[in-house]
Amino acid sequence: MSTPLSLRAAVVSVLMLLAFVAVWHAGTRSVANVQPMDPEYAKLMGVTATQGKSAMPGPLDVGEKIWEHLSRPFYDNGPNDKGLGNQLGYSLGRVLMGYLLAVLVAIPTGFLIGMSPLMSRALDPFIQVLKPISPLAWMPLALYTIKDSGWSAIFVIFICSLWPMLINTAFGVATVRREWINVARTLEVGTARRAFTIVLPAAAPTILTGMRISIGIAWLVIVAAEMLVGGTGIGYFVWNEWNNLSISNVITAILLIGLVGMALDLILARMTRLVTFPE
Amino acid sequence: MSHKFISIEGIARRFPARGGGTTTVFEDLWLSMQRGEFTCLIGHSGCGKTTVLNILAGLDAPSAGTVIVDNEAIEGPSLDRAVIFQTHALLPWRTVMGNVAYAVASKWRKWSSARVRERAQKFIDLVGLSGAEGKRPAELSGGMKQRVGIARALSIEPKIMLMDEPFSALDALTRGTLQDEVRRICQETGQTVFMITHDVDEAIYLADRIVLMTNGPGALIAEIVENPLPKQRARTDVHRHPLYYAVRNHIIDFLVARSKTFAREMCGRYDPRSVPVVKPGVADAITAVPGAVPLEVMHRRPGPAAVLSGPGSAAHR
Repeated sequence: MSTPLSLRAAVVSVLMLLAFVAVWHAGTRSVANVQPMDPEYAKLMGVTATQGKSAMPGPLDVGEKIWEHLSRPFYDNGPNDKGLGNQLGYSLGRVLMGYLLAVLVAIPTGFLIGMSPLMSRALDPFIQVLKPISPLAWMPLALYTIKDSGWSAIFVIFICSLWPMLINTAFGVATVRREWINVARTLEVGTARRAFTIVLPAAAPTILTGMRISIGIAWLVIVAAEMLVGGTGIGYFVWNEWNNLSISNVITAILLIGLVGMALDLILARMTRLVTFPE
Repeated sequence: MSHKFISIEGIARRFPARGGGTTTVFEDLWLSMQRGEFTCLIGHSGCGKTTVLNILAGLDAPSAGTVIVDNEAIEGPSLDRAVIFQTHALLPWRTVMGNVAYAVASKWRKWSSARVRERAQKFIDLVGLSGAEGKRPAELSGGMKQRVGIARALSIEPKIMLMDEPFSALDALTRGTLQDEVRRICQETGQTVFMITHDVDEAIYLADRIVLMTNGPGALIAEIVENPLPKQRARTDVHRHPLYYAVRNHIIDFLVARSKTFAREMCGRYDPRSVPVVKPGVADAITAVPGAVPLEVMHRRPGPAAVLSGPGSAAHR
């Protein structure tokens, strides 16, 4: 009973992982009955037909692939053969670009909406209509107007990360405790100084929560966006490997997408904790 | 009334009521305070005490009338009028030092940060929080938080300090200590204070004048009680003073019964511009306007005999 909860949880996690890998391994074993066939015909067929290998890669195949990618993450042999590190770099670059542009727009606009009841009412219908639009629906319009697939993907990231940040900032700013505002008022603190010294720190936890939701959505959307625009990026890589029928690569990429998404979320969670104040 | 340092002149506050019409919190309220005076306002919840304080602070605007402080009509909040909030209203992301320094830096915008900190430190020391400068409000007890609020208010040298039930959220022991501190500091600095309270004993201990307000809506200032106790008084033996229960019973009688019936009782004789001034237990010091003395004040004024029999006899304890 003296074992800490986190340690016990870790043990259970590892056991579950091992069980999953074992089931996976058992489910993708080679099947014994291989039909004898003409050697000329066999050359046309894959290992599944000739050697009875499972069509689905097993954990060992995927592990091998992962090792291959990890030992050589950065290389560039032309448009169809780039290291996974390069592809992730392209994706992260687009996500950060679109995301930062969204931060630059969402936070000031959110402040405006939160501080002005007039602007809040006036902008509300637009936000309500624009918010539920799937970011990918903007893609054709972006391609048509921007005429650059890379920037179109960035635009799609921008538009999808805008809303949670905008709404959370407006909410955080509008719900700053009246008494803190009154403290600033009785101290004759001007609007600009009040925004930075009272409203911003008071709303920061809510704003950061919005930013955390946004980075999660942006990372979800970049995969789909890159599947559409093609060329580079982890989304393109997944689709390209699907066309190559390299399921091991697809699984490797899926795993990496998950890990990078987790890392992005952890960074934002850490930042949220920095600005959170106990009351 | 030689010099009116603060003069509330005919203020009213009305809110639009649900379903049309208006709710009048109070109407035609007149009150003046002198420099260095400690005034307490007592009344039941909902009589508009906090609204009066907010108007004095400039956080709320009266629907009619004006408030003049030191010959200037107030227009919005000012560094001249510091507010101590009931909920202390500290900024939780700032330390004790940060909270006090914020006020100091707001008053003296051009000061260097060293100078700001030096002044903030002086007031943190004054309220007895030396050593807790680096703590955040969440790490402080309720009493310590309110001390920070007091330090913050005092640090900007306000012309008047407005306190909205500052000790109501504290336990009895802490409240007592803080009352002592506030009394000491106000006497040392000659600070003018306007305080709202529910606590009769607190009002008697701290205030020079106690303003009694009737129940709202349409609340009135019924009486101004001049505190007959000597200026030098200690919390430990203030209740043994012969006049203590005279004052206390007078105020409690008002709160229990007369605050509800006062408006009816007066029926036309009430003049909001010259509210009766009473000094319970002291004969011939009853009022400013002889015609306006409510009969009840005469009848209920306890005689010295009742007072001298000591705390045990207090019917309203």
